[in-house]
Amino acid sequence: MSRNTQSVRSEKGIGDSWRTVKEFFEHFRKQSFAYPYVIWMGLFVVIPIILIGVYAFTSAEGTFTFGNFSGMIDYAPVFGRSLWLAFLATVMCLLIGYPVALAISRMSPKTQRIMLMLIMLPMWINFLLRTYAWMSILENTGLINRFFASVGVFDWINGLHAADLHYTPITHFQLINTSGAVVLGMVYNYLPFMILPIQSVIVKIDPFVIEAAEDLGANSRTVFRKIIFPLSLSGVISGITMVFVPAVSTFVISKLLSNGTVMLLGDLIEMQFTGAAYNPHLGSAISLIMMVIVIICMSVMSRFGEGEEQAVVM
Amino acid sequence: MKKKYTGGRIFTALTYVFLYAPIIVLIVFSFNSTKSRTIWSGFTLNWYKELFNDNLIMSSLQTTLTVSVIASVVAAVIGTFAAIGFYNMKKKWRGPLLTVNNIPVINADIITGVSLALLFISAGAALGFQLGFTTLLIAHISFDVPYIILSVMPKLYQLDRNLFEAAQDLGCTWFQTVYKVIIPEILPGIINGLLIAFTMSVDDFVISYFTAGSSVQTLSMTIYAMTRRRISPEINAISTLLFAVVLILLVIVNMRESRQHKVEIKKEKMLKGLV
Repeated sequence: MSRNTQSVRSEKGIGDSWRTVKEFFEHFRKQSFAYPYVIWMGLFVVIPIILIGVYAFTSAEGTFTFGNFSGMIDYAPVFGRSLWLAFLATVMCLLIGYPVALAISRMSPKTQRIMLMLIMLPMWINFLLRTYAWMSILENTGLINRFFASVGVFDWINGLHAADLHYTPITHFQLINTSGAVVLGMVYNYLPFMILPIQSVIVKIDPFVIEAAEDLGANSRTVFRKIIFPLSLSGVISGITMVFVPAVSTFVISKLLSNGTVMLLGDLIEMQFTGAAYNPHLGSAISLIMMVIVIICMSVMSRFGEGEEQAVVM
Repeated sequence: MKKKYTGGRIFTALTYVFLYAPIIVLIVFSFNSTKSRTIWSGFTLNWYKELFNDNLIMSSLQTTLTVSVIASVVAAVIGTFAAIGFYNMKKKWRGPLLTVNNIPVINADIITGVSLALLFISAGAALGFQLGFTTLLIAHISFDVPYIILSVMPKLYQLDRNLFEAAQDLGCTWFQTVYKVIIPEILPGIINGLLIAFTMSVDDFVISYFTAGSSVQTLSMTIYAMTRRRISPEINAISTLLFAVVLILLVIVNMRESRQHKVEIKKEKMLKGLV
């Protein structure tokens, strides 16, 4: 290598390093737009979550303890009930939501738009009010029981037992203040969260793929089983999480539709942070366990999504 | 084949009945002349009149609107800048930060609310403040920003990077590039995010419930307090009004969109005709 080229190279080297410094600052300046929000997230997203952990492992005196978790066994039925009811609500949302999503995605684009708008419209009404409306439908003197009474259902049932002396005549079906009412409230409130993601995925399926399958001799059932369902699985999974997470943590639906007779995890947490039984340490411990359960459920779901083919075998 | 489709349509129609039945009940009984929510006794508009004279409902409606407007606008500013910053970040940093950004979206509302309440209460004890409008506002901004970022980020990725290199080559500083080139291009994403954030704020009950304290009440909190006692049909009236407003807005937006759509189709046809 001659001296000449060497000097050029060294010059270039200096220019390069100056440029990288300049680029570094440039880069710094560009990404610095995010710094205020990064600090904000640290303060109002990360620290609060850490605080839950801290509270969960400390006592009211501020000493480290596992005591908040040891008392948890008493609440096992609440955990079980919450998970079970949320599971039921999710399954029902899927069973109702999938066919609806499929039916909507088969309509003309214009009708689809209107149908989707109609799905979203109720979500704009305060969900407390929507749930409250169910109270007037399900009450003992509510619309359903009134309807049955006016048709004579209760008279008919009471007539059947007329010979039985120990029989007390009924005047209504117990609809409200049951776990069934709570599940109904969950399905009602969260059904759109199931329909919308599934529909958005089904619509994007290439119609030629379906046509190809049909040309190759697949009947409509096979097309659904082998093409549409596997391809819509990502929508199903996000739908399931969007229904399950709020359902397992709700306290409003259970308060309104069961008047405290069906106690869920959300009610339990809410009780620890408001009202007479104020105990944020226990409340944090319960919240922490709930977060862990949700994270486990979601990671299981996402693994399910990766192994799409396995999921289709059933 | 055809038969199966009609089956699906009937099922869909029934689902819509299920979705709208309670809302119709709610609306019908807002015109009921007695306080009963199940027995119809005659038509009246009294509840609408009383609604506007009810200080509690009107002041909580005002709180809701104030908080939602301020929170969504502040969130739009913070979120837009944050999205631009994230976009220019190395993937190594962007990935984890976006995951943290998603926490309030994925997390159960009650956990977001409770964890913020813990922060505000412990910070308040140390610094001498109480839960109130400010904490409520901070909480709302915190759960609004992720929605802004989630709707702005895809718009940024649709941008042509050459666009702002060109702007900078032509002498724009980075800041000028941002407000002259980038922000106009991603504006639809910002507005979309702003609308989502606003509706999230208006609709929120759980997070407000834990972070507002006892001195301020949003509309949701007032409704909740009323459902615990005997509810007044004024609540039916206000929800009917809100429903009507949303319905009108959606119809207008929908009509505008479909008109735009038609214009685009026309343009395409004209272009094809010219070619």
